[in-house]
Amino acid sequence: MHSRLMIAVLIPVAAVTTSLASGRAHPPVAASARGKTLSARPAAPTAAAGPVAVHISNFTFGPKMVTVKVGQTVTWTNDDDIPHTVVATDKSFRSKVLDTGQSFSFTFTKPGQVAYFCSLHPMMTGKVTVAAR
Amino acid sequence: MGHEIERREALKCMAWAGTGALYALSGGIARSAILDGAGTGAAPAAGFTFLQLSDSHIGFDKAANPDARATYREAIAKVKALAVKPDFIIHTGDITQLSRDNEFDDADQILRETGIPAFFVPGEHDMVDEGGGKAFLTRHGKGSKGAGWFSFDHQGVHFVGLVNVADLKPGGMGNLGAAQLAWLKADLAGRGASTPIVVFAHIPLWTVYEQWGWGTGDAQAALALLKRFGSVTILNGHIHQIVQKVEGRMTFHTARSTAFPQPAPGTAPSPGPQVVPPGQLRSVLGITDVTLRRGDQRIALIDSTLA
Repeated sequence: MHSRLMIAVLIPVAAVTTSLASGRAHPPVAASARGKTLSARPAAPTAAAGPVAVHISNFTFGPKMVTVKVGQTVTWTNDDDIPHTVVATDKSFRSKVLDTGQSFSFTFTKPGQVAYFCSLHPMMTGKVTVAAR
Repeated sequence: MGHEIERREALKCMAWAGTGALYALSGGIARSAILDGAGTGAAPAAGFTFLQLSDSHIGFDKAANPDARATYREAIAKVKALAVKPDFIIHTGDITQLSRDNEFDDADQILRETGIPAFFVPGEHDMVDEGGGKAFLTRHGKGSKGAGWFSFDHQGVHFVGLVNVADLKPGGMGNLGAAQLAWLKADLAGRGASTPIVVFAHIPLWTVYEQWGWGTGDAQAALALLKRFGSVTILNGHIHQIVQKVEGRMTFHTARSTAFPQPAPGTAPSPGPQVVPPGQLRSVLGITDVTLRRGDQRIALIDSTLA
């Protein structure tokens, strides 16, 4: 699997979350590199900040922790050859099953922390911290 | 303790050989037995055989196996060619890749060619329809409880199908849940300790590798209920490779997939479909033929590959 490399690529994405918040919209790096079409994405978020990409690779959410601002969207894309889901522990969101290359987006409207996991492989967990504007 | 030594000897003998591993259980003591690579020669005089299929992942079409339907058909052809027709088949889950109707339909159609009755427990891949398992239950859940657990008796052997892929908890592994454990307790109550028990479920009922979630968080509660029985055989899938162990009077065994292999625990960054060199796929896929000999509570499992 080449997805390990992708994790390395994605870590800088997390690091530039603050610059994303300043208005520069980046496409999810690994997804465009793979030429996958993002599906199941709602209309572009109204917030000034662009979406934050989380990639699911090697049964891991990468980055595992992301910080967004209220109104910002996180897009999860499954890069594995096995389906996964993205389910909030507090049930505030739940994706359909994501096959290889499919994505799920959720726009966070309330400040706080939301833990989430894959309901098929519950060892896979992640967290979104939503900062007030 | 003589029995302990015998058990250790038996474990040594259980190492793989050729295309299959065979071991026998008699009164809770595992013993080595002859290997039969073809998996066709273990016809008991007084007893019966059944067959385990697992992880057919109908609909899977990625690099590790571009056509999981084709390899399932090959597995079924092997079943049809068995010298002794199994009394029934148990499928230990992940029948489909994505719980889609056409995947379930194709799996049914392929299996039906055997003309052998089949029992199913779901894998996590069979629970991802919009109804969270309704597609599976509609087809295979008749007479089952909860997420699809059930039991039945066959020639004096008690079979229990458990579901450990429903309502999984964040950070955890497989999960049986309180309702199913209460049902299991009631199901086993009143059965004599000499009744041979065969339990089957998708995810292993012992912890094969926690880091990959290859275990069931509350399995110990189920195993505690099974401890008093003289012969307990536990058959699982999920990990797409054979792992087996004997603990007391319990024998644990996981089956190969008919679709794709997964890496051995800890040998890769993560579990998942493993691409093997061209021409080798069928040597890592397979079926498990189980023989029960009446009277001596002996169980023999023969794993054979599709190669």
